[in-house]
Amino acid sequence: MARELTYRDALREALREEMYRDERVFLMGEDIGAYGGSYAVTRGFLQEFGPERVRDTPIAELGIVGLGIGAAIGGLRPVVELMTINFSLLAMDQIVNHLAKIYYMFNGQFTAPVVVRTVEGFGQLAATHSQFFENYFAYVPGLRVVAPAVPKDAKGFLKAAIRGNDPVIFIEHSLIYRNRGEVPDGEDFLLPLEGAEVRREGRDVTIVSWLRGYYLALGAAEELAREGIECEVIDLRVLRPLDIETIVRSVQKTNRLVIVEEGWKSFGVGAEIAASVQERAIDYLDAPIARVASVEVPMPYARNLERLVVPNKDKVIEAVREVLYQRTLVPVAR
Amino acid sequence: MTSTVDGQLPGVALTKSELLEMYRLMVLIRRFEEVAAEQYALGKIAGFLHLYIGEEAVAVGAIRAMDPEDHLVTHYRDHGYALALGLDPRRCMAELFGKATGLVGGRGGSMHFADASKHFWGGYAIVAGLLPIAAGLGLASKYLNQRRVAVAIFGDGATNNGAFHEALNFAALWKLPVLFLCENNQYGMGTAVAHASAVREMYRKACAYDIPAEQVDGQDVLAVYEVTKRALEHCRSENGPYFIEALTYRYRGHSMADPETYRSKEEVEEWRRQRDPIVLFRQKLLSHTVATEEELAALDQAVEEAVAEAVRFAEESPEPDPATLTQYAYADPITVR
Repeated sequence: MARELTYRDALREALREEMYRDERVFLMGEDIGAYGGSYAVTRGFLQEFGPERVRDTPIAELGIVGLGIGAAIGGLRPVVELMTINFSLLAMDQIVNHLAKIYYMFNGQFTAPVVVRTVEGFGQLAATHSQFFENYFAYVPGLRVVAPAVPKDAKGFLKAAIRGNDPVIFIEHSLIYRNRGEVPDGEDFLLPLEGAEVRREGRDVTIVSWLRGYYLALGAAEELAREGIECEVIDLRVLRPLDIETIVRSVQKTNRLVIVEEGWKSFGVGAEIAASVQERAIDYLDAPIARVASVEVPMPYARNLERLVVPNKDKVIEAVREVLYQRTLVPVAR
Repeated sequence: MTSTVDGQLPGVALTKSELLEMYRLMVLIRRFEEVAAEQYALGKIAGFLHLYIGEEAVAVGAIRAMDPEDHLVTHYRDHGYALALGLDPRRCMAELFGKATGLVGGRGGSMHFADASKHFWGGYAIVAGLLPIAAGLGLASKYLNQRRVAVAIFGDGATNNGAFHEALNFAALWKLPVLFLCENNQYGMGTAVAHASAVREMYRKACAYDIPAEQVDGQDVLAVYEVTKRALEHCRSENGPYFIEALTYRYRGHSMADPETYRSKEEVEEWRRQRDPIVLFRQKLLSHTVATEEELAALDQAVEEAVAEAVRFAEESPEPDPATLTQYAYADPITVR
């Protein structure tokens, strides 16, 4: 059995169920309690669980993650919230130099199973509040980096992240909280924190993306299907460990690859995917891999300019036509 | 000469055997470090080697005051804490040699000693980075009603870093059982306190967060013991954090790579002659007839042998198995490639 839930409600359900299941699970972050969470994910939790388990913190990201690490070593299961991924940079030392390394550096003696929830997105928020930094985390061995696009994954991943023994960077997207989808019933619905998923089968071209990019890919695929172009759409779901095999298998079938990401193209997750696909399947490619990404400027505030920066469905369609040689080769999203 | 009947020092609630054990540990740390320096010069130990020589009274005094259940996190100058905790000098030396038998299997080296069985959660090599972690351990203790204090040992340099201020604020705000023990050894790497900190006395920085704080002579092992005992009781009694500044001095450079151009030889000699923690403690034990010259000499000799044995053990131990290279990157299995 399954019900339809929003992405936000799937997250809320995961947190509530795990908090009821395990007393050691607690939440810590800026404005998650009295305010209800910047994106309302934890609204009502303070009343339900009390201030010991739903802890409003000072605006001190490094401290928040550092306390999470210590609490995890001390036997708790912290879920810490960094209000947006932009502010995660302030916590980077704790995440990269400590959280990611504790298990290895101390020879497997103890782990720090912290779940760091954070959000990316945009919406006329200007340069410092509209950034996509998943590649910063995906770069680091020792971390698991998940980026669920659909409610089912949001719930199953978050529950598995809380119960697991590794640190997890859990990236959400502000523009998909209202998206709805089927979520299986059952308090023990868990999803392993790995594996891309082919969500739409197709023979002509593979489009791989994650978070909001997945919906752009799906929209493009549906539109192109009307003229007989069948796109295979892969939701990457997890950035580390990267499931390159699922992408390679799809490319071996379609012989064409379009990568859609909201971050900047240079040095991004798409660059990693493109390099890995050519390492494993260059002979299967009938066209250069196309990447749809943000224009490489700090995000402008003005509405019309912001729309020019980020990927949209039309840019994805354009990229698909490009790898199908339906258009002259022009760079996409520079 | 014979020792007193009860073997105690006036006003000190420690038995003779406890006092002699503290002496032995200080000598062990000193000798272990001297030999580590020799082994470094011989190329047996590589990387960074930050020696603790001169600061032994802080580790031994503070750790003697702790309960076995208390948490400990430290900075990277961490050999002294491991030995003061009673960890095997052979495994400590083997870690410096990068051997499989080392405290952390050769994965951490000098700066990353740890032993979970002693609740020693590691030496951390990013200045001040350990302080929020200590606050988190305090949070766990309070959350789980454990009455375990999280002890964080760090240097004067850490107090100028944002992580320090975030950690102190959290600990005070949430009344966490955390003992912040600052070792003011007068230098953050090669920069004197006066050139790095607007406030010269580290303990005064705690007043910004309403954390009770005091200064102690870090060369006096009993003074460190007494103040730590009191501070731990404060933390354990749900009064929130406490802050101690131990005034101390390191005789060696910041690390083995340090040319020590920033301070005079005379300054170092002055500390060695006047304020050496082992000499001072030894004199106290003798003058109060807690122990005889012979008893202390026997302890010195035993330490000498233990350190020689540690080197032998480290030499003879195998290197880590290359097949384990990727082990412990993740705690849960990964199947996707």
